[in-house]
Parts: sequence; structure tokens; C-alpha cells
Amino acid sequence: MAVKVLIPTPLRQFTGKQPSIECSAQTVGEALGSLTGTFSDLKKHLFTEDGKIRSFVNVYLNDEDIRFLDKENTRTKDGDTISIVPSIAGGSGFCKKFEC
Amino acid sequence: MAIPTDTLQQQEVKLSKDEISRYSRHLIMPEVGMEGQLKLKRARVLTIGTGGLGAPLGLYLAAAGVGHLGLVDFDVVDSSNLQRQVTFTTADVGKPKSEAAKARLSALNPAIEIVSYETRLTSENALELFRDYDIIVDGTDNFPTRFLVNDACVLLGKPNVYGSIFRFEGQATVFGYPGGPCYRCLYPEPPPPGLVPSCAEGGVLGVLPGIVGSIQAMETIKLILGAGEPLVGRLLLFDALAMHFRELKLKKNPECPLCGQHRTVTELIDYEEFCGIRGEEAPAMTNGISEITATELKARQDRGEKVFILDVREPHEYQICNLNGKLIPLGELPRRVSELDSSVEMVVHCRSGKRSADAIQFLQTVGFKKLWNLKGGVLAWADEVDPRMPKY
Repeated sequence: MAVKVLIPTPLRQFTGKQPSIECSAQTVGEALGSLTGTFSDLKKHLFTEDGKIRSFVNVYLNDEDIRFLDKENTRTKDGDTISIVPSIAGGSGFCKKFEC
Repeated sequence: MAIPTDTLQQQEVKLSKDEISRYSRHLIMPEVGMEGQLKLKRARVLTIGTGGLGAPLGLYLAAAGVGHLGLVDFDVVDSSNLQRQVTFTTADVGKPKSEAAKARLSALNPAIEIVSYETRLTSENALELFRDYDIIVDGTDNFPTRFLVNDACVLLGKPNVYGSIFRFEGQATVFGYPGGPCYRCLYPEPPPPGLVPSCAEGGVLGVLPGIVGSIQAMETIKLILGAGEPLVGRLLLFDALAMHFRELKLKKNPECPLCGQHRTVTELIDYEEFCGIRGEEAPAMTNGISEITATELKARQDRGEKVFILDVREPHEYQICNLNGKLIPLGELPRRVSELDSSVEMVVHCRSGKRSADAIQFLQTVGFKKLWNLKGGVLAWADEVDPRMPKY
């Protein structure tokens, strides 16, 4: 099943600036596994050490939150779009709390 | 579908002749009309943050005739704000933002009541501040305040018009609407500070908060009017580079600790601690890292000592100002470490000292020992050594 994974701006630095990645997967979990297999730096941003999707990252299959479907086991169809939606807090453009 | 508020129904208000003229383009629309304009006049809206998102918000809400506006901001106007915070003028630099915004909005619409709160929103003052308002609009820029605004809104049963931005990307929705999801339904926990994008990936195109803040203004006005379909249960994603809007479904999470079936959060908490900020700062800055001040570094250079300088910022930052150091961005350091000589003494710097501390921690793990972190980065250099150097 060919699916498209949309990469949000904050994570594009880990995918060679690519805004989306096409891959073949039967489930959402497989697609994310394939993604982090290719782009290993992305892994710690998406998954906890025991392999769960981080709670400040949401994953959508088309427009549905996979937490309310079958989570990582949610099955994909040809042409589906998976979106990674991390929390962003910005309101003015400089991270005051994290000055660097 | 009107918002749950007492004030919208109770107060008897009228429009003056001047107001009728001012709001005539609203009054001739059946969706607003006299009834809608009076709702706007009776409405009480509190905006948290008067920065990038707060600027268009404040301007449009004031222009639309929202009768009571509260503006919360503890910050002062800085020249780097002017690229996007269009409420402020060059003459406002150095003034408290809440005061400067109040002056600008009062000039735009003298007929409305504007209250400025020059204070940081805290767990101690949030409930009291919010209580007097019908709708809260979140235009803040950090996770602790986002969770605080959300929790206070849910505890008080007030809608929270949410918007956030990052570089070229924006998100908007309405949380805390009766029966709708809250911020914690979407994100139960904040990201740990180490996984938050750093300034190297920060920045924002000035127009972006203008667009997202305008969407928040539109949703606020719709809530007041009870018009159309509010952005409830839907997360609007905006990609400015692709010029693409998408919408994702947001559901109320039955497991939500704040608004779900088994609530564990029943009062405001310490949000800095919740977001892991207090625990993170101290070790990151002091963990066996030696610091050198800009003044000391300059003195050593003036004595003719050869000090190797490593700049771990991004190439576009190097173009703004630099100390003639070797540039290896923090993210490239692991694969380019072989370009460095561990036998020579090295001063590592970034903009203000955080990324260079991270770089030093990494270099220490691969055997480098003669490392100094330039305290305060190029910002301190500009302050202490070279006032001609631009700051950013």
C-alpha cells in the first residue's frame, strides 16, 4: 500500500528538508517504522524509548486521530495520507523559555 | 449556539450615532446587523499576549467594536518585534507592550473599554483575570502558558480561541467550547525541553502570525455573534510555504485528565514544573562546562594568544555577525568533528550560550578536553566588547 507521510516543519530538519515521504505500508505503525528506518534522527522525536508514540505528537490517518482508531495498528489503504502533528507553542517567533 | 455568557444577554446597550456610522459595514450585513453589533459591544474578550498573534487580534477586535478588551502581557517592546507585531511602532520600543497596545487600540477605537494587565499570567492570577471575560484568546509563545490558559478556561467553562505558529506553519482551533475538546485532549503532555526546536530552527515569517491571529479574531467574533460554524472539534493547519490549509478532526478524549470522565486535574498546577523547565535549566548550563566571558576572551586575543573559536550557529546567523570562528552548525558537529583538533584550546560559542553548551557536552563525550563556552554568546560579545556588532 503506497501511503504518503506529511512531515511538519519542526521535523523536516531530520528528513533532509523533505515535506513528505512516500512509503509502502500495511499499517500506520509500519509507515512510521519505515520512515524512522530511513531517517534515524527522527526516531527519538516520534517514539519513546519503549517504542510508543510520544504524547506530544499526534498521528493522523487522513483526518482521523489514530488514538481513536486502532492506534499504530490502524490499517492503511493505497493513497492514504498520514500526518504527524507535533505541538507547537510559538506566538511571536523567538523561544523565550528556551533562549539559546 | 451562542456562547455561554451572562453579560451578552443582560446589559442594555445602544449604539451612538457615531458608532452606527463606524460599524455601518457590519450593520448592513444580516449576519451581524444591529443585534450582532450590540453583542460585540457587550462582549468581554481577554487576549493573552500582545505579540505576533495578539497584534492582528487586538486590532481587528477593537476595530470590530468588541466593547471590553483585556490585554495581558508582561514584556516590553523590542525592535526585533516590529517585523511582525504590527500594533507597535518604532517609537514604542522600550515601552510595556500591554500599555503600547492599549494606546494603539484606543486610538483606533476610542468607544471601547480596554484594560491592560502588565503582568505575567500565573497559576495564582489566571482564574481571577479570566473570570471577568466571556472568551479567552491564547496568543502566547510557550508551552507552560498554553497549558495554563487551557486549564483555567476549562475550569471556568470559557472558550479558548487557540492559535500557534512555527516558522511557516500555523495551527488554530477553539478549545473549551461546551462539549468540545480541550488542549489536553489533543496533547496530554508537553514536549520535554530537550525536544523543543531550538532557536537554530526558530524564527517566523512576519506575515504568518498576521494570518493565524486574524483567524483567531474571526473565530472570536463568530463565537460572540453565534454565527456560522465555530472551529470546534477541528484543528486547522496552515502551511504558508505551500499556501495550503488542512483540517483534522479533534475529538474530546474520554481519558483527558482535565475534561474527561476521570478527572485528575481539578485545579491549576505549577506549569513550569509540568513542562520540565525548572529541572532542565540548571544541569544544562553547569555540567562540568568551563565558561569564559567575552571580555576575558578579548583580553586573551589582545595579548596575542591564539584561541581557536568554534561557532556552532547556522550559516544564516553567521552572515548576520561573527567572531571569525570556524563555523560548524550544532546539528552537523557529530559528522564533522574530524575537522577539529582536540589538542588545541577551543572557545565554542553560539548566539547566547545554550547551543554551544550542548556542543561542548558532545565534544567532551568524544574526548575533547580544552573547551570553553563563551558565556552569553555573540550577544555578550556585542554588549561587552563590540557595540557595533548587530544583535538579533
